[in-house]
Amino acid sequence: MVLPSLEQIQLHHVAAQLNALHAELIDDDRLEEWPDLFEEKCQYSVISSENHNRSLNLAAVFCDSRGMLVDRIVSLRRANIFPAHSYRHVLGPTRVVSATEKSVTAQTSYVVLMTRNDGKTSIYNSGKYIDEVCFAGERSRFVSKKAIFDTHLIDTMMVRPI
Amino acid sequence: MSGCRVPYRVFTERQYYDREQENIFKGECWSFVGLEAEIPQSGDFKSTFVGETPVILTRDGDGSVHVVVNRCAHRGALVCREMRGNRPNLECVYHQWAYDLKGNLIGVPFRRGLKGQGGMPGDFDMSQHNLRKLRAESVGGLVFASFSETVEPCRDFLGPIVVEQIERIMCKPINVLGDQRQRIRGNWKLYAENTRDPYHASLLHLFHNTFGLYRSTQTGKALMDANKRHSLLYSIAASNDEAADKQAYGDSRTFDTEFKLQDMSLLKGRQEFADNITLVILAVYPNLVLQQIQNTLAVRQTVTYGPDEFELVWTHFGYADDDAEMQAIRLKQTNLIGPAGLISMEDGEAVEIVQNAIVGENRAESYIAMGGGRAEDADHLVTEGAIIGFWDNYREMVGFDLEPA
Repeated sequence: MVLPSLEQIQLHHVAAQLNALHAELIDDDRLEEWPDLFEEKCQYSVISSENHNRSLNLAAVFCDSRGMLVDRIVSLRRANIFPAHSYRHVLGPTRVVSATEKSVTAQTSYVVLMTRNDGKTSIYNSGKYIDEVCFAGERSRFVSKKAIFDTHLIDTMMVRPI
Repeated sequence: MSGCRVPYRVFTERQYYDREQENIFKGECWSFVGLEAEIPQSGDFKSTFVGETPVILTRDGDGSVHVVVNRCAHRGALVCREMRGNRPNLECVYHQWAYDLKGNLIGVPFRRGLKGQGGMPGDFDMSQHNLRKLRAESVGGLVFASFSETVEPCRDFLGPIVVEQIERIMCKPINVLGDQRQRIRGNWKLYAENTRDPYHASLLHLFHNTFGLYRSTQTGKALMDANKRHSLLYSIAASNDEAADKQAYGDSRTFDTEFKLQDMSLLKGRQEFADNITLVILAVYPNLVLQQIQNTLAVRQTVTYGPDEFELVWTHFGYADDDAEMQAIRLKQTNLIGPAGLISMEDGEAVEIVQNAIVGENRAESYIAMGGGRAEDADHLVTEGAIIGFWDNYREMVGFDLEPA
């Protein structure tokens, strides 16, 4: 067999670290830092596999700019009324599906556990990320992140990013 | 004292829930089951529920639409185990009993025995073992079903105002954009209240008020059908007067002039209807809301799962002739509605904070009186009259008078 090249290992590391940081910022409630993980012109969508598998693009959350991500966070902080909760992401290994000169496409399974005021932790949302990560600039960022979730039943509502 | 009072027990006690299943969902009512556009081709089917009963919505080869109970006439198995699909007939996996798309039994393996042994008895008559059929009627492309043989035709059950509003939105062929499912930990009737409630809409939902999508100061009305069980709320965003509205709302949390979006493309829209109406919430008793919020169009079906849980099934749609720009507008504005909707998510919390506060309360009652305290139409949006209409109907169909559990 052919062992991975150093470059392949580096690409994988970049994609995996970015996903780990995405999860960490959300879980640690450092939401104001989260939009900066994305390019200015980016795509972030959270869509059920029910729709995705039917080739329908109706998403629970759909943003096509970093500004829209900021707006979602400001809305969470100042506008929206929702039950108090915290998330814990558990991520599977990131696998690099393909790579070009400037970007990689990667796939990562995830589970988001939610804990509400009653102290009970439940499985809130499970699915996979399909990401395009750009590493051409001074730091790596998501060009696009699509969370395709299996958990069609959204427990009460979805306000925090997946 | 004026005003309507509802005992909180109706939201928590199992006996009310059971009686609702019997008197409402199996009673003299039509329940919404789906859009014709979800089953466009012959053989298309969709699984859903009327009350708690699993049903299948089908499109037959002759183009007709049918609703049958999803239970094999043999020994009670689920016949259809998928959410949706296309099949030439319905077949139970257990013993391969086969039914046509109308629900008629057409095949029973080994009916005449196998190698001269066994077989069904001589008096076995297949026509006596069909899937239980509900009445199914389509109004403007919305399919309703009823277990009752005596309920009036669906168009009459809805009444002219509801039919007119359905036909206003369903004015041309639609295109289903997708579904969303929101599981809310509360009683379904709290959502029926919420969607008949123009009073809350600008006071709970900051996005409605601050961005002028809906304010109770807008030109609009809160109307009911003749029987006062359905509710129409509509309003016109163009009637906003920023200065006057700001004055009317004063320091309200939800009129937040400091709250600004970095990317306003979320709210970019297009006037679609000649009447200039930009918000329609049509709450159809017992389990449907048909909505237009700016350029988002959707049906919301309530599916009950016990006294303290229900699912809202959102089916979003556009028009078949939407151009690319309109499709993009609708996709982006979907951020406003549904379980992650910047407006709609909050109704989930509104329901749950009531359910949490009324636990074990078998004496106290709510107090509903905004707008005068009677089930009356209003030519304004500062009223709870349609909520009272809902309860007047509930009192007739189910009652408030069951012995405390």
